[in-house]
Amino acid sequence: MNAPQPMTLKPQPMLSGTQGAAVNRARWLRNALPAFSLIVLLGTIFIMQPRAMSYMGMNLMLNLAVPIALATIAQMLIITVNDLDLSLGSFISFVACVAATLLNDHPLLGSLALLGCIGVYALLGALIHIRQLPAIVVTLGMSFIWVGGAVLLLPAPGGSAPQWLQALVKIKTPLLPFAVVVCVLLAIAVHLFLMRSTWGVVLRGAGGNPLAIAKAGWSLLRIKVTLYAMAGSFGVLSGLFLVGLTTSADANMALRYTLLSIAGVILGGGEFTGGRVSPIGAVLGALTLVLAGSLLSFIRISPDWQIGAQGAILILVLALRTAVNRLEVRPA
Amino acid sequence: MNLSLQLNRVRSKPWLWSFLAALLVWLATLAFTRGEGAGALTSGALAFSAFFVIVGVGQMFVITTGPGNIDLSIPANIALSGAVGMKLMEGQDSLIAVGVAGVLAVGVLIGCANYALIRVLRIPPIIATLSASFLLQSMAIAYGRSVRIAPPELFYQFSTGRLLGIPYLALAVALLTVVAGYVLSRTLYGRWTLAVGQNMRAAELAGVRVERVRWATYVLSAVFASVCGVLLAGFSGGASLSMGDEYLLASIAVVVIGGTSVAGGFSNVPGLWGAALFLYLLVSMLNTFGASAGVRLILTGVIIIAVIAAVSGRKSQRSL
Repeated sequence: MNAPQPMTLKPQPMLSGTQGAAVNRARWLRNALPAFSLIVLLGTIFIMQPRAMSYMGMNLMLNLAVPIALATIAQMLIITVNDLDLSLGSFISFVACVAATLLNDHPLLGSLALLGCIGVYALLGALIHIRQLPAIVVTLGMSFIWVGGAVLLLPAPGGSAPQWLQALVKIKTPLLPFAVVVCVLLAIAVHLFLMRSTWGVVLRGAGGNPLAIAKAGWSLLRIKVTLYAMAGSFGVLSGLFLVGLTTSADANMALRYTLLSIAGVILGGGEFTGGRVSPIGAVLGALTLVLAGSLLSFIRISPDWQIGAQGAILILVLALRTAVNRLEVRPA
Repeated sequence: MNLSLQLNRVRSKPWLWSFLAALLVWLATLAFTRGEGAGALTSGALAFSAFFVIVGVGQMFVITTGPGNIDLSIPANIALSGAVGMKLMEGQDSLIAVGVAGVLAVGVLIGCANYALIRVLRIPPIIATLSASFLLQSMAIAYGRSVRIAPPELFYQFSTGRLLGIPYLALAVALLTVVAGYVLSRTLYGRWTLAVGQNMRAAELAGVRVERVRWATYVLSAVFASVCGVLLAGFSGGASLSMGDEYLLASIAVVVIGGTSVAGGFSNVPGLWGAALFLYLLVSMLNTFGASAGVRLILTGVIIIAVIAAVSGRKSQRSL
């Protein structure tokens, strides 16, 4: 199963007709699972509160979904090479603090600082690859550094997001709320790049079978640096979008995003090993986690259980996936 | 010849480095204050390090069982256990035993739940403990919502008391680490844990009951985190929701800086103490130097990365 995704499109000769059909059905079910869970969740919300089914309602519910979706994509890019970024939440907080202070007061300096952040991520990828370090520990250390930087910039919550950023996130699009449009575009763009382009296959291959990719003449160092730099870029976007929505920043504002983004990737069908990830699934997973919180307020359960509901949905979806996988192992 | 042999033997004990670093930081702090407050600094370091070490021991066992094994539910567990313990004790000395028993039960239950998720859903431990921690966090919020209950007097005295300047807690945890070291190197369970971490498939073929080892390990980690939670609540005069937050990163940092292999299969018990003392003393040194919170955090991060880069560099040299 280490083969890159496109291989699976070919019919597998070793399976007989009925078995092949069962395997395909299981695969189809597994791919549909993230969308299915989101639809069930949305359906429940609409039944409980029909007024949510409007432009306004969707806008309110999904307001904070875009930064989380961007963070999830960033995490997914790191997971593609079997690493894990435990510093993502503090990184996004740091970016938000930069945007609310430096970027607002000195736009040029602020932009340079944000580019520098992406550079740091690229260096991190290089360091982890060259010294063969465990990414969990390195990003753990980085999380201290980002929080420290954020505290230095903004010792107390405050600052102010640049006007253009605040205007940008409040754009009113026709028919569908801006948040939905951005999420759809994000999912499609990353999908086309990572799942359909040659480069994307190579990047995922580095997670699936690094040796094969290296033997084929690709530089693993360049692949890792590329993925980390891309993750850093999406992290920067997430922080900018977040601070545009909240208008002011705080050094701890996005710490939750680290765990939420990991949960979103897994919810969307990603796996920790083998470069098996799904950009569309990751965005759907992020939306599911955001809506899980809204659902509770609609069925009048105390907000105490909001985080718990996210955990419960995670467990539920994973249980369903295990059931689907069993279907694949024992074809009827 | 003899000297270089001894030097090699010293070098092969990675935990010495963390103690050396802790000692250097301690000396630097005292040099700055001209020896003032040496007793208070040492005793404070021992007390706070004890908490890091308790969770560190559990996390170390988990990390030892192989790559991908990590317990992310520790902070939520600490918050919940602190609340459960304080509520069961109701501030009365006579109910301390009930509270401690309740907390241990919570720990065992959480460990079993973590393992059940890993086993039944066949998901990576990171995700299993992550989703469990979401649930636990909510439970802690819902359960601990009521007013802050102060710990019983006797319990408070135990968690803050000192014997000749050494906190009771540090003594108890020192004993615990000795036991943990013994368990790891001399008992069947310990040897099995190391074997599973080095090569799970080989261990299984050699007759190690892999699943039983993993179950015991996750229960152990959860119980240690629970104990840390109730002691922390006693130490700080009541449970609070956020008191476990720093222990996720701290537990991993203590294990890694202490010389335990992140890839699993090799643990280092004394290193936990060295690393915990080092981390605490580093922060208090930067405090005495008048560094701001931001600078403190940045330096902590830089040191964690520097240590891990140096440590894994050493290993690759040895294997060549």
